[in-house]
Amino acid sequence: MRYLALLRAKQPTTPVPPELMAAIAKLGEEATNSGSLLDTGGLAPSAAGARVTVTGGDLTVTDGPFAEAKEVISYALYEVRAKEEVVEWTSRFMKAHRDLWPGWEGDADILKVYGPEDFPLPE
Amino acid sequence: MVVTATDPAPDDPGQAARRAVEAVWRIESARLIARIARLVRDVGLAEEIAQDTLVAALVQWPATGVPEDPGPWLTATAKHRAVDLLRRQQRYATKLDLLGRDVEIQQEYAEAALDDALDDHIGDDLLRLIFTAAHPVLPVQARVALTLRMVGGLTTGETARAFLVPEATVAQRIVRAKRALAAARVRFELPTPAELVDRLASVLEVVYLIFNEGYAATGGPNWSRPELCQEALRLGRLLSGLLPDEAEVHGLTALMELQASRLGARTDPQGQPVLLPDQDRRRWDRLLVRRGLAALDRAETLGGGVYTLQAAIAACHARATRAELTDWSRIAALYEVLAHLQPSPVILLNRAVAVGLADDPVRGLALADDLTRERALRDYPQLPAVRGELLARLGRADEARAEFTRAAELTRNDGERILFQRRADGLRQPTE
Repeated sequence: MRYLALLRAKQPTTPVPPELMAAIAKLGEEATNSGSLLDTGGLAPSAAGARVTVTGGDLTVTDGPFAEAKEVISYALYEVRAKEEVVEWTSRFMKAHRDLWPGWEGDADILKVYGPEDFPLPE
Repeated sequence: MVVTATDPAPDDPGQAARRAVEAVWRIESARLIARIARLVRDVGLAEEIAQDTLVAALVQWPATGVPEDPGPWLTATAKHRAVDLLRRQQRYATKLDLLGRDVEIQQEYAEAALDDALDDHIGDDLLRLIFTAAHPVLPVQARVALTLRMVGGLTTGETARAFLVPEATVAQRIVRAKRALAAARVRFELPTPAELVDRLASVLEVVYLIFNEGYAATGGPNWSRPELCQEALRLGRLLSGLLPDEAEVHGLTALMELQASRLGARTDPQGQPVLLPDQDRRRWDRLLVRRGLAALDRAETLGGGVYTLQAAIAACHARATRAELTDWSRIAALYEVLAHLQPSPVILLNRAVAVGLADDPVRGLALADDLTRERALRDYPQLPAVRGELLARLGRADEARAEFTRAAELTRNDGERILFQRRADGLRQPTE
């Protein structure tokens, strides 16, 4: 089963502690070597991005930044046997942020990617 | 002790806690067993201690909540059990006045070595565990059962369901395998450089067997069992991280990633198999293709071998965006090399296909005809299927139909039977 974890955060103004970077790298290596973490990436502030919108039949393109309380800062794609495993890995990443970067707040949305298991075959 | 995963109602809080514990277990169990095996020097015993620890967690955690750092909790609990056990063994030995001092020294050594042992060598310990579970003294089915149990963290019930055998059969295999390891005095050690090639081959064989059982289910109603493929892929990726300099480890991982990328396209919405030339290639998993090609690149840089060659062949298919763009000449050339390294009947048959599709159906058919005398292929449905395909290309429809009918009779897979039968029926029309 594949899951996408999208991490939103309100970053403190202090620089990213090197201990946090080290902890994230170590966790990432562990999750990758366990065969669960397939892909991951950090995301630049939305000022570097854009938003394409369709509303009322009109398509508009707006450059970032977007006014959001929390910015999406990273994504991670997992392949696991159960949702609880992604929850566990994601919790480990979140705890590292909590413990190593005072003032950091965030939430991670864990979303299931549709897979063959979601479309049971006819009997 | 067997812990069986169930499918509980999603809103049952007790079951939710249990699933959380089991998720942590699957993440941590191999490392936990490896750590404890380093202390007690016996993987069977280490696995039992780890299972006891899981039971303790299943009792405690649903009440107290999963600890902040479940890994260290599991390790500490298992370590206490291991040390208790060593103490009991020591007292027993002292009572018997046998080897008393020796055990005492071992005990002190174990205590002192405990903490540095637990963290510093986890990669090596995991490798020791993998090499022990897939030790060549064991029959291959025992290696499979032990590897899934100790390294994959699967319960006996999960392994049994995956292989469509009774749970008691798997439990029996595990018990016998542990006994066989003890009887052969297999030590919890890494293979020496001289042993490495054979020992690694034994591990890779187990992983690929698990993958193939999932990819081309030999029996039963389903054409594939993707969860077994996932299990094998996980093991391959784990090995790639632990043995980054071994070409064939990357070769096997590449092969599995590339083959798994096609899983979603190998079945139609009714669950019937779809063969490679007919697959909708837009449904191939691009992420797995990309990972497979990257792993193949590492394998080829490091040297390669039979798995790497098979991955290179799979990559030829992965790179062809339409079936007719497949580079059959390159595939035929790769099979020539592979057939030289590993002239197994199945590889020789695949070479015949590649040669036949590359440019020369007459020579391909001749190569396939040579194999009809091969005992190992006497009841192998792919042989008549290949001959049928090549005969059809040569316009010999009646002979081709007879071959596909024979293939349909031989296969034990329901989906495959329908496929071969359909092919045979299609050859009845003179226009076909």
